[in-house]
Formats: sequence, structure tokens, C-alpha cells
Amino acid sequence: MIPTVVVFAYLGVVLYIGIFAFRKSRHREEAEDYFLANRSLGPYVFLFSLFGTNMTAFAILGSSGHAFNNGIVTFGLMASSSALIIPLSLFLIGTRVWALGKKYGFITPVQMFRDRWECSHIGTVIFVVQAALLIPYIIIGVMGGGTALSAISGGRVPYWFGGAVVAMVVMSYVFFGGMRGTAWVNTFQTILFLCFGAIALIVIGIGMGGFQQSAEALLGSPGTAPLMTRERISPLYFFSYTFIPLSSIAFPHITIFCLTARKMNQFKKTVVLYPVCMLALWMPCVFLGVMANRATGVPKIEEKIEARRALATQGPRLTADERDNLRAKTAGDDVLLLLLERYAPLWLAGLLGAGIMAAVMASDSQILALSTMFTEDVFAFYGGKKRFGEAAQVHTGRLFIVLITIFAYAVALRAPQNIFDLAVQYAFSGYSALSPLLVAALYWKRSTKWGALASTIWCAVSVAAVALFQYLVPAPAGPPVAMWSVAGVDVLSRTAGGTAVFGLMPVVPMTIISALLLILVSLLTSRPGQATMRRYFHAV
Amino acid sequence: MKRALLVIIVGVLYVLHQDFWFWRAAHPLVFGFLPVGLFYHACYTVATVLVMMLLVRIAWPSELEEGVGEERGRDAERGRDAARGGGGEAQVRPLSPSPPLPLSAEREDT
Repeated sequence: MIPTVVVFAYLGVVLYIGIFAFRKSRHREEAEDYFLANRSLGPYVFLFSLFGTNMTAFAILGSSGHAFNNGIVTFGLMASSSALIIPLSLFLIGTRVWALGKKYGFITPVQMFRDRWECSHIGTVIFVVQAALLIPYIIIGVMGGGTALSAISGGRVPYWFGGAVVAMVVMSYVFFGGMRGTAWVNTFQTILFLCFGAIALIVIGIGMGGFQQSAEALLGSPGTAPLMTRERISPLYFFSYTFIPLSSIAFPHITIFCLTARKMNQFKKTVVLYPVCMLALWMPCVFLGVMANRATGVPKIEEKIEARRALATQGPRLTADERDNLRAKTAGDDVLLLLLERYAPLWLAGLLGAGIMAAVMASDSQILALSTMFTEDVFAFYGGKKRFGEAAQVHTGRLFIVLITIFAYAVALRAPQNIFDLAVQYAFSGYSALSPLLVAALYWKRSTKWGALASTIWCAVSVAAVALFQYLVPAPAGPPVAMWSVAGVDVLSRTAGGTAVFGLMPVVPMTIISALLLILVSLLTSRPGQATMRRYFHAV
Repeated sequence: MKRALLVIIVGVLYVLHQDFWFWRAAHPLVFGFLPVGLFYHACYTVATVLVMMLLVRIAWPSELEEGVGEERGRDAERGRDAARGGGGEAQVRPLSPSPPLPLSAEREDT
């Protein structure tokens, strides 16, 4: 009961911050103020808010769940690669986007693409693909909220109600506070969940009687020893995962967020300290996820381990449905919450639960970004602003926030797939494949709108193809099943975790082909006029 | 020269991420509980901080900020209006002087 009360108090604080931001705003009816906080964020709000925006439900719940089943590889797979790629992309791309946005007043990436490549409807196609890929990410937030609140309350708050409460709170502070409210809430949340990692590690460590014994015990058992190494993942898969963080800068909410900094210098702290934040949050979550395999007296964790064992020993003999059933039981998204429930005192479990909620509720920026994109790239672009005025544009944005939240909630109630898979397989891979667009727009003079269109269509088609393939071909229980081989080489395989192309994650060919298409089609078509080129590049 | 060196450093850092040499090793357990593979990646993350500091110090693109303040008012209106366009593919571009600019028991990969 106490943890539930603490978490609800936390939700109240978050709501208040959003409404306070609304009251502090002096230009409520202006699009730039509502959608970009008037480009006025300071260095620390920028850093924490950007980091918090990038960390969704999977950062805490998904990472510990993934580590619970796969071991320490989770950190190298997702955290240390992101610690390099994300700051680097902010340094190379974020700063340029900021400068162009400040100079030409862009609010969304599509506005920049339309201007850079002299196009209009092609920009709309890019908007549609970006929006379609962003929606799963928003759904993750709602699903994570439902899972977390239900687990923190020990099942007293049902999943559907938890999801509804989280969706309502997020929607309210985004609705009122816009970018300013979202950035302030994200800053508060990031500080909270960064503290969470260290405290959870200490409390659970003490509860388990230190980690040394648990580590030795994990190594002593043949079933769990691989969790302390990376042998469950192939080096090729590990390598291909480094393409996933490319998605970060291509996510519209991150690109849009780059426009909110007051000065370009504010990127400096973010670029340098981003890896520190990654380490502070992910290391405890991954390590605790692995250690959860040695937790005692937690029946739900024991059930997961039992289901994993059954899958490994009887998997090939089971039907696809039975395997899916067992897979659902092994999902570890709630292991951290179960550990807290077991080892932390009630009041502390409440505070730590609030920390988890903080990470889970990161869908705010995506909701705001989608609303910003709709109002700027569709409503304003197709004449809505001219006809109805800027105030109507902001009202439309707010209405859109309500509609998209309701939609995401409705889908989250029906989507049974584990948080992590849903995010990675569709949204992340798709945005990684869209990242060449940003690089080409900012660095390659010869790029054209037709090249951008080819790349965008490829991205949409390839994401749909992977989704369809995985829907039609059930996941095998054991080793990968080759679906298409050429001269003894497996080109396309269905794996337990998804799809492999030449043993790599689909994100690799998706991104490389996207870049190649952009280059090839651009070279075959004529580039924008001299005037535009002069505006973007020194010498043409 | 400096820029080329930085590119090489970043490239080396990327390669170092693929540490196949600790792939199947858990020992030594650093501090008695941290598998060496995990410790390596913690150190790797610290190394990225140092490289980012180097990038910010040596290769900060301060030229991007030139003229942003003064030009902003006029160009912002032009640029955004152009991007907000209002219809056809062929629009007249504004002219302005331009400064630079799961798993389960199964293997994930299997």
C-alpha cells in the first residue's frame, strides 16, 4: 500500500510541474513557445531532459529484463554502444540542426527537409513514415506505465488502470506545459531515476547478502554461468546492434529537442556527460537483472526461471503457441520491481518505484513531438495556420495530444508483446534506417529530394516486411531456421529473438541500403537550386 | 591533422567496442563480483567520456554559431515560411547571404 501511495504522490508532483510550467509561460498561444519552450533551455535542463527523453520504459524495466534472460551482454549491446554513438551524433548532427533551426526558424525536421531539398509532398511522406514509427514508442510508454504501476502496487492496481493513470498524467502535463513542462518534468524524472540506480544496487545488494556469493553461485551452475559472459549472443549480432543507437538522433522528438537549447554551447555538457548518465543508470539495472537469477523467496522470479528451463529442454517438441506462452512467462520486465518488493523496506520501495515510474513515463516527448509534427508539417503547412491563426495551431496541437494518447492507450491494452521487442524491432530499426536522411541533408550537397524519398520508402517497406515475416513465420525454439540460403550461406533466417540477414540484425541491411538508395537516386536526379545550396553550404 | 587524428581515435573506439577477447570469459571477477566482460564495458564507457571531452575541446564547430543571433529574425521568418510553403512542389526559395553552416532460454542470435 505504501509504495502505491508514494508513487501516486510522485505522479501528483509531476502533474504540478507541468501545470506550473503552463502558468509560467508568457506566450501560451505562440507555437514556438509551446512546442520549443521558446528555444530557451539551459545546459542542465537540456542535458537531463534529453537523456530522460531517450530513456523510456526499456531503459530500466527492459534492460533488467533482458539482462535477466541474456546476461551481462545487455550492457555492451545497448548501453556502451549508445554511450559512443548518441553523443557523437549530437556533436555532429545535433549542433548543425540547432544552428539551422535557430537561423531559419525550423520547429520540426520535416520543415528542414522541405527547405533543404525544395520539396513539399515528399516532406509529407517523410512525416507519415516518422509518425508511423513513433507511435509504437508511445505505446511502450503506456504499456510500461501499466506494468510498473501494477507491479509496484502488488497487483492492487490492475494493468489497464495503471496504464490509464500514467497516460492521463503524461497527457495532462504535456497538454498544459508543452515543451517547457515536458523538459522540466523530464529533468526531475532523470535526476530521480539516476539516483534510483545507485540506491537500488545498494539496497538489493545488502538484502541478498552481498553480490560476491551470488556471482560465484551463478558461475557454478551450468544453467546460469553463460549469463556472466556473452556467449548467448553472437559477435555478429553484437556488432549489428551498434546500428541501433543511430536511431536516436533520427527520432523526431530528439531532433526537435536539439532545437530547444538557448545556445549551442549547451550541447557541450550533454555530449560529455551523456555516457556518464548511461553508466549510472544502465550498469545497476543490468547487473541487478543478472543477479535476479539468484534471488530467493520470490515465487514469480522462480516461475520465470522454470519457464525458461522448460523452453530450453522441451522447446522443440512444443507447438508454436505453447512456446509463445512460455516465452511470455520468461519475460523479465518486472524483475527489478520484484527484487525491490523482496529486499527493500516498504517506504524505500515506494521511492524507488517512483524512480522506475520516472523512466517509464518518458513517452511525453514523443507525444509532444508527434503533436508538433502534425501541427507544423500538416496543419500549418497545408494552410491551417494562415486560415485560423497561430492560437488555433496551438489548440490543434493540444487536441492532437489528447487523441494520440487515447489511441496509444487503446492499442497498449491489446498488445501482448514484450516492451523491449516491440521497441527495438520496429521503431528503433526504422529510425536507424532514416538516419542517412539527416546526414545527407546536413553534409552532402549532392543529395536530392528524390534520394530522400527513395530512402524513406525503403525504410517503410523494410520495416513492414520484417514485421510481416516475423508474423508469418513462428519463432523457432532452438537454433535459427534458415528461410533462404544461397550457396550454403544463410541469407535470411528466423531466429528466436527475431530475424537475421547474413547473421546480422535487419537494422544493418536496412540502414546500408537506405544510404545507398539515397546516394544512387540523388546522383540520378538534379539537386536543389543555387540559392538553397548557398543557404546551407559555404561554397557550392 | 588534428581532425584526422580525432577521426582515427573515434574509429578505434568503435572497434574496441567489439571485444571478442572477453567473449566467453567471466573471470577474473573484478571486486569479487563483476564479470570481466561487464567491467570492460564500464571502462569503455568512461573512455567515451574522455574522447567526447577531446572532441568538444579540439573540434567544437563554433563557426556554426556565427551570425545566428543577428540573422535569426529575418531568416527565421523566411526559412519557416518557405518550409511551411502551402502546396506545390515548385516554390520560390528565399535568398539570403549564408554563413557556414528476449529472450528466453534460447540464444538471442539463434
